[in-house]
Amino acid sequence: MSVAKPLPHDAAKLHVTGTARYIDDIPVPADCLHLAFGLSTIAKGRITAMDLDAVRNSPGVVDVLTADDLPAENDVSPSIHDEPLLSDGSVHYLGQPLFLVAATSHRAARVAASKGDVTYDEEEALLTVEAALQANSRFEDGPRIYSKGDAAAAIDGAARMVEGSFDLGGQEHFYLESQAAMAMPQESGDVLVASSTQHPTEIQHKVADGLGVPMHSVRVETRRMGGGFGGKESQGNALAVSCAIVAVKTGRAAKMRYDRDDDMVITGKRHAFKISYRAGFDEEGHLQGVEFLHLVNCGWAQDLSLPVADRAMLHADNAYAIPAIRIESHRLKTNLQSFTAYRGFGGPQGMVGIERVMDHVAHDLGIDPVELRKRNYYDAPDNRVRADNTTPYGQEVIDFELHGMTDKLLDTSNYATRKAEIAEWNAKNDRLKRGIAFSPVKFGISFTLTHLNQAGALVHIYQDGSVHLNHGGTEMGQGLFQKVAQVAASRFGIGMHLVKITATDTAKVPNTSATAASSGADLNGMAVKVACDTLRDRMAAYLSEQHQCDAASVRFEGGNVHVGENVIPFEKAAAQCYQGRISLSATGFYKTPKLKWDRIKGEGRPFFYFSYGAAITEVVTDKLTGEYRILRTDILHDAGATLNPVLDIGQVEGAYVQGAGWLTTEELVWNDKGRLATHAPSTYKIPACSDRPDVFNVDLWDGKNREDTIYRSKAVGEPPFNLGISAWLALSDAVGAYGDAYPAINAPATSEEVWRSIRRVSDGV
Amino acid sequence: MSKVHVTTSINGDSTEYLCDPRETLLDVLRDQLNLTGAKEGCGTGDCGACSVTMDDRLVCSCLVLGVEAEGKEIKTVEGIAEGETLHPLQRKFIEHAALQCGVCTPGILIAAKSLLEKNPDPTETEVRYWLAGNLCRCTGYDKIIRAVMDAAAEMREAA
Repeated sequence: MSVAKPLPHDAAKLHVTGTARYIDDIPVPADCLHLAFGLSTIAKGRITAMDLDAVRNSPGVVDVLTADDLPAENDVSPSIHDEPLLSDGSVHYLGQPLFLVAATSHRAARVAASKGDVTYDEEEALLTVEAALQANSRFEDGPRIYSKGDAAAAIDGAARMVEGSFDLGGQEHFYLESQAAMAMPQESGDVLVASSTQHPTEIQHKVADGLGVPMHSVRVETRRMGGGFGGKESQGNALAVSCAIVAVKTGRAAKMRYDRDDDMVITGKRHAFKISYRAGFDEEGHLQGVEFLHLVNCGWAQDLSLPVADRAMLHADNAYAIPAIRIESHRLKTNLQSFTAYRGFGGPQGMVGIERVMDHVAHDLGIDPVELRKRNYYDAPDNRVRADNTTPYGQEVIDFELHGMTDKLLDTSNYATRKAEIAEWNAKNDRLKRGIAFSPVKFGISFTLTHLNQAGALVHIYQDGSVHLNHGGTEMGQGLFQKVAQVAASRFGIGMHLVKITATDTAKVPNTSATAASSGADLNGMAVKVACDTLRDRMAAYLSEQHQCDAASVRFEGGNVHVGENVIPFEKAAAQCYQGRISLSATGFYKTPKLKWDRIKGEGRPFFYFSYGAAITEVVTDKLTGEYRILRTDILHDAGATLNPVLDIGQVEGAYVQGAGWLTTEELVWNDKGRLATHAPSTYKIPACSDRPDVFNVDLWDGKNREDTIYRSKAVGEPPFNLGISAWLALSDAVGAYGDAYPAINAPATSEEVWRSIRRVSDGV
Repeated sequence: MSKVHVTTSINGDSTEYLCDPRETLLDVLRDQLNLTGAKEGCGTGDCGACSVTMDDRLVCSCLVLGVEAEGKEIKTVEGIAEGETLHPLQRKFIEHAALQCGVCTPGILIAAKSLLEKNPDPTETEVRYWLAGNLCRCTGYDKIIRAVMDAAAEMREAA
């Protein structure tokens, strides 16, 4: 059976030979137009005049469009229609698209787009959550509050209390392939769009609205993305809609790709938070009450900010059974890029909050931070001790794996010995200090918008026995296509060479959800299984009738179909079924069971199950410069019964490094005018090869999903991102070794922030 | 601006093209010669996705002008395999799952090949620092380093 085998990525050979096609690699017709946006140069105000003569007269320019030239709806928002494709006269952030240039080359379009002469009536921009809160500039009518018990009373009645507040920065996705789309005009005003998107159906929807045509007039195809990470869930809309409008208007193909600087300036990023907390606990460190205040920087448009902020609240408990908790979340509207989906979708921000509390409490009590965490864990399913194992939102935790995982990781990483050795080493060294920290992950799996938890598939068997596989999930490098193909091959008992993986296509599977929320394999794997099983049942019914045996006894394995005493090669069986006039094409559909969620009350079961993980990171810091290195990382991650261990471990490793990058070197800086100063890899520092931990041990937990998922596997895209929190906590541990005060380190813990924290701890400044 | 006639060698084939003197080698490769293996990740020489070699020197083709290729030998990812036979680095990248989305892969292969030609027996640290100019957002680099080390060992044995 193909499932659980460590097969390489489906396009691995194409990647190593440079022949995998991304949008910008697709050959275009000779008369293809290339598009670029003219961008606002202020963060807030109104346009008083826009002189585009120089743009129109720039070499190679074929057309220039403003909002007045659009054929239908001027909107690319995935939520509340508050995101004009081209400015309606108002400006909401620096970098907002104002006009659209179509030219004969990519460079000609960009050069022309820089020539717009725009005058503004500038207004004061809101650039921080504090300013937005004061101005009551927000989405939704007020804060969302989820609570359990009386947190304030519990904290006030507790023996001890800590409180604090910290900044938690956003994050640029930095997918290596920047946003891109291409549109080809078809007959009768239809359009075919190739888009680098995690959400082809949303592209189809927005293109249809932008053209003023029904969705059936638009077909969207996505073979692969060069990285997504959430950044291609909604941020590709503007490019696809622009291409479609120009293609239909001019009758020529149109392509748009953002230059890296444009991409970083125009598109949304991970939401930055300011988190304040108060926690009450007893002398042994048992939490009794916790209060969180989340100030969420949503940027200028709502986009996906509400579910992102909700998910942050839903992960404010992480792995801990907290008797009384209150989480207050303000979704603040500022004049910055519209912050959007990013791997973890708010979950990491929520989790960082409680892990900060744990770090602070351990420092306050002087007890081992791992022991403290274990004391507050939810119960294991086979060892129920607590009266209450429900989350702050009322979902009972019935699959908690972290007790066993923690013990195993402490053992394999040699934590206790190393911790003692580090303390000894630190006592002898003044300038360099080492730190070590553990962090657990409990991550909820399912879209919190319940209706999104559905998927479709389309499977054909051709008369030669080859299989054409299609589903609504998209491939962004994570290996989804291969995992789902392994499911299909396993259902038919055939080799992978018989299964053709095909591009996601809105004409094959309609009404799909974004490949997001780690749901890709769970949802699409199940939908494909359903389609394959339908075909198997049809083949079994026909073949058993032909060979006079019971249909239920027909088996598909080893490349053959076993029908009674007969062993028929799958290819032959397919030919026989075709000749017997059996339909060899089937759709499959799946919806996640057991979900029930009220996001206003904050009550129900938003998640089908939880994925777990645990990490231990060791770092060394330099007192004089604040520089640091990650020396060693040990990870144990729960992917259930893995569909493909090599792809899953790849996800875990990449996610950890990306998560550690978020909390360490990746700093977004805007100037006081709202201009993003970190707009390219020259100024925005994602981890490089030389930043990888010197020792990096990653293993999968040997377990099965307790819920009935595809082959009992677990979602693996987002959960391990949170393992990076251990790197931030290790820095806190190292900084704490320079003095007695709590480091109270902000995120990202850049070298500058580490240097400042060391000064606070060692010199009290 | 009038175009310049350039004669060069690409992956061993002598090649001629006309290019705007402002055009980068990357754009010439991708748009004129249909060699789309080299990618534009940043356009400023910071990400390494456009790496090629020019007279065996590792360069970011986004920082080289098309006209500078005159009389030089350019090598790109498309020239690494010999026909259907993959180079050991390519095989090891597949074997170790050292790629995910694949956009950085061509540049990293070119950079790694360039390292192994200079230094067939690099230490892990040397590999890490040599590849520090090639950004990968997906893998976390671990499998990339393992694949390069393994390929180097195999190539040494074969040599």
